[in-house]
Amino acid sequence: MASGNSERLASAVKIVVAGGFGVGKTTMVGSVSEVPPLRTEELITEASAGVDDLSGVEAKHTTTVALDFGRITINPELILYLFGTPGQNRFWFMWDELARGALGAVVLADTRRLDSCFPAVDFFERRGLPFVVAVNCFDDAYHYTDDEVRGALDLDPHVPLLLCDARDRESTKTVLVTLMGHVMAQARMAGAH
Amino acid sequence: MSVDHEAWFDEAAGPLVRPYAVTGGRTKSDTIGLDLITLVVALREHADHLEPESLQLLRVCQQPISVVEAAAQVDLPLQVVKVLLSDLITQNLMIHRSAVQVTDAPSQHVLQAVLDGIRKL
Repeated sequence: MASGNSERLASAVKIVVAGGFGVGKTTMVGSVSEVPPLRTEELITEASAGVDDLSGVEAKHTTTVALDFGRITINPELILYLFGTPGQNRFWFMWDELARGALGAVVLADTRRLDSCFPAVDFFERRGLPFVVAVNCFDDAYHYTDDEVRGALDLDPHVPLLLCDARDRESTKTVLVTLMGHVMAQARMAGAH
Repeated sequence: MSVDHEAWFDEAAGPLVRPYAVTGGRTKSDTIGLDLITLVVALREHADHLEPESLQLLRVCQQPISVVEAAAQVDLPLQVVKVLLSDLITQNLMIHRSAVQVTDAPSQHVLQAVLDGIRKL
């Protein structure tokens, strides 16, 4: 939906980086972004008292949902944005906007807390958004075989699974290249033209 | 007025209250349907009738920039920035271009360009 007089503007695409709290999503975004990860905030007011009652203002909690993102200029006509999902699961409504129109997603997993990425795997499976699972190799993490991780996450055999170091630019590039290969294979299978 | 009531007007309340007041309480911008990565660029540097927040947006949007980056730069909530930006677009002070094929599957051409671009990093 390009507006009529906007031809001088480039286009943008996005990839979502999801996973549990503290798994290294922002680190991964920062490892390849051409700018330090940026942050925008959405204020959510959780009213626990009557809104019209000024004396109740103190009881109203304003929660901030932080959205960290990075940018990669692919070429003069195309910009890629990488978005880290908010870590807390109760901000699902943000995931909808993040996933809408995304090329694909990286589910970043920590083998010490594999269950923290279940919601992300479920979300992308339900949406039919192509994703890869990247296991962030923390130094003190237990080491599992691919099959063990696949089994624990109940992953479809076609979903790529790979190890990564979210701090490392080359490693993150490999994850993104794997994702794009998967996205393109899925698009071909779907008969996209 | 008690001290508690005055607290409503201090710095803690300002960033929350002021922007929503500027939008007239609106949090929807359905007329344009701006997405996080819709790109916008200002056509003007200044307009006399604008509120400070909108003027600030005109300034950060002198070069093409995504909605989400503009929000990060002016440090206002995303919903507020979307409303202000759609007002600016409606007033022909700004133009926008939506994300590549938000509804359709992206073309292999775009996917290949992204893949090549990542490889070249």
